[in-house]
Amino acid sequence: MKSLGSIRRSFAPWADPASKPFISFKNVTKKFGDFTAVDELSLNIYTREFFALLGASGCGKSTLLRMLAGFEQPTSGEIILDGQNLAGIPPYRRPVNMMFQSYALFPHMTVESNIAFGLKQDGMPKADIAERVAQMLKLVKLEKFAKRKPHQLSGGQRQRVALARSLAKRPKVLLLDEPLGALDKKLREETQFELMDLQQQLGLTFVIVTHDQEEAMTMADRIAVMSYGKVIQVATPAEIYEAPNSRFVADFIGDVNIFDGTVATAEDGRVRVETAGGVPIRMASSQKLSTGARAAVAIRPEKIRVTRQAPQHAPLNAAEGEIWDIGYLGDMTVFHIRLKDGKVVKASSLNAVRAVEDPLGYDQQVWVSFGEDAGVVLKD
Amino acid sequence: MARIASAIASRLVIIVPYAWLLFFFLIPFFIVFRISLSQTVIAMPPYTPVFDLAGGLSGILEGMREFSVDNYVWLTEDVLYFNAYVSSLIIAAVSTFLTFLIGYPIAYGMAQAPRSIRPTLLMLVILPFWTSFLIRVYAWIAILKPEGLLNQFLITIGVIDQPLIILNTNWAIYIGIVYSYLPFMVLPIYSALEKMDHTLTEAAQDLGCTPITAFWRVTFPLSLAGVVAGCLLVFIPAVGEFVIPDLLGGSETLMIGKTLWNEFNSNRDWPVSSAVATILLLILVLPIVYFQNVQAKADSEGR
Repeated sequence: MKSLGSIRRSFAPWADPASKPFISFKNVTKKFGDFTAVDELSLNIYTREFFALLGASGCGKSTLLRMLAGFEQPTSGEIILDGQNLAGIPPYRRPVNMMFQSYALFPHMTVESNIAFGLKQDGMPKADIAERVAQMLKLVKLEKFAKRKPHQLSGGQRQRVALARSLAKRPKVLLLDEPLGALDKKLREETQFELMDLQQQLGLTFVIVTHDQEEAMTMADRIAVMSYGKVIQVATPAEIYEAPNSRFVADFIGDVNIFDGTVATAEDGRVRVETAGGVPIRMASSQKLSTGARAAVAIRPEKIRVTRQAPQHAPLNAAEGEIWDIGYLGDMTVFHIRLKDGKVVKASSLNAVRAVEDPLGYDQQVWVSFGEDAGVVLKD
Repeated sequence: MARIASAIASRLVIIVPYAWLLFFFLIPFFIVFRISLSQTVIAMPPYTPVFDLAGGLSGILEGMREFSVDNYVWLTEDVLYFNAYVSSLIIAAVSTFLTFLIGYPIAYGMAQAPRSIRPTLLMLVILPFWTSFLIRVYAWIAILKPEGLLNQFLITIGVIDQPLIILNTNWAIYIGIVYSYLPFMVLPIYSALEKMDHTLTEAAQDLGCTPITAFWRVTFPLSLAGVVAGCLLVFIPAVGEFVIPDLLGGSETLMIGKTLWNEFNSNRDWPVSSAVATILLLILVLPIVYFQNVQAKADSEGR
């Protein structure tokens, strides 16, 4: 397989067998009564990594974070942080700090005292506290708001106070629980990049919990996609997107077309799948698949071409259909094409020029096609 | 038309509490205040001047010339009144403090309890109100008297061999006030604690506080509005309390409520007892104004 990791900065301690994980979850299980929130989960996170736990609500990602912070104790298994087993260590003695989803700012204290709270608790000298607070206020650009109370701030400002407060003690790990959930879209996107810059600048390990896949893709070095207390896949955003290991991940991250079928042949790194709708697909794949096994081919919409003429390789990796829906998004256009068997295929194309002569319109007969490296073959 | 009608309706709604205050507080207060400026006489009613509306405005003005502050001067001359005020304030303050010491943990426990059993706990706090206040205070006589339940119990289990003298002492008054006013302390504190975001204490612990320091640095300051409300709800009625010191307290216990009752009923000195009541009101208005300020401040902080 071609490398997919080089899209981001060349930081990949997880790929280096010599590097030691900074945080290790070892067979961690957490049960609440009969409900298993986290199920036999093992996971390694490395120093200076920006790590995202991604999943739908109730998948156990927040529980995992709370166990790292010390608010929940694992039912079984252990959590190692920087060589230290965290079992039995209360939250106030852990070298991690958390930024809460609700921010949890102390309403009876000013911005300044909120940020100074942890430092004061540690008995830091007053002059040092003042200096650190000033530094933190500068970091989050809130110098002018030091004397305000939380209720006198906007949502975005509160979010930054919460961030400053959780960073003030210089924790080894910063835990962020849906940190941008309460912000509107534009502010959220800005803040994503601010957080990334900050993490680079401070050289800290960030573990973020989010249900927003775009957020995770943008910020994280690696993403753990979770479902029902288990990690389904841990990989870089590019790998997660381009090489999902399961139908669940392919479907959860971004848009995808999935063609179900059976394996006809699998040799020389190529798999031929006969799909239910009668579209023969040949896809590059290193997976070991036996003839007759059920398999699915997942192809992202942007990797599907829409043409009026049949492509040369038709009928392989191509199908005829009719344009069912067109969604114009400005930067790109999304087509929903209904194949002869009734299956609807999503295809998106970039609007690279402002105006197209004779654009594709509703109800037109078109061909959808894709290359041999456009999709991923998934075992069912 | 509909808009005018609704404007009138909203005015009417605002008028109700003001009318209540006017008829059941301000007018009675002015009647009492007026009597406090009169002189006592053996008559019916037992004070002079008495306004006769038949005398018209000039008659009223004539009567007002007879007003004097003699009764207030009298209050300062007899040390009994001063002692009664001070003793009432001390007894009320001690009882309020004791009520707070007992009420806060109860309220805290209730707020920490599982959400499903909170209504039951709340119910249990309010339950004593289903029995008459007077009967509950009488019951304490049966419990506290030398041959009462408490002493019998303590002697039976061998803690003491002579009965404790509790009834007719200040301790009996403290017990009576703490018992009677406990719900007024618990409820406002509970309401302040209950609406508090529990992630705040988690945040405090995350930043290095032990559960105990987290309580003192975050939980307690945030429940202060409830504590102030509870303390005033106990302190203010306790200062003027009459039934509890009369039934449980000793003859030497001096409380302004008892003094006032004696002046009014035994001495039939309406003007002096009115003056006592007026001064009592002034003493109590101060903490109420303070409470109002605290409330207004808390509101402006958006809590």
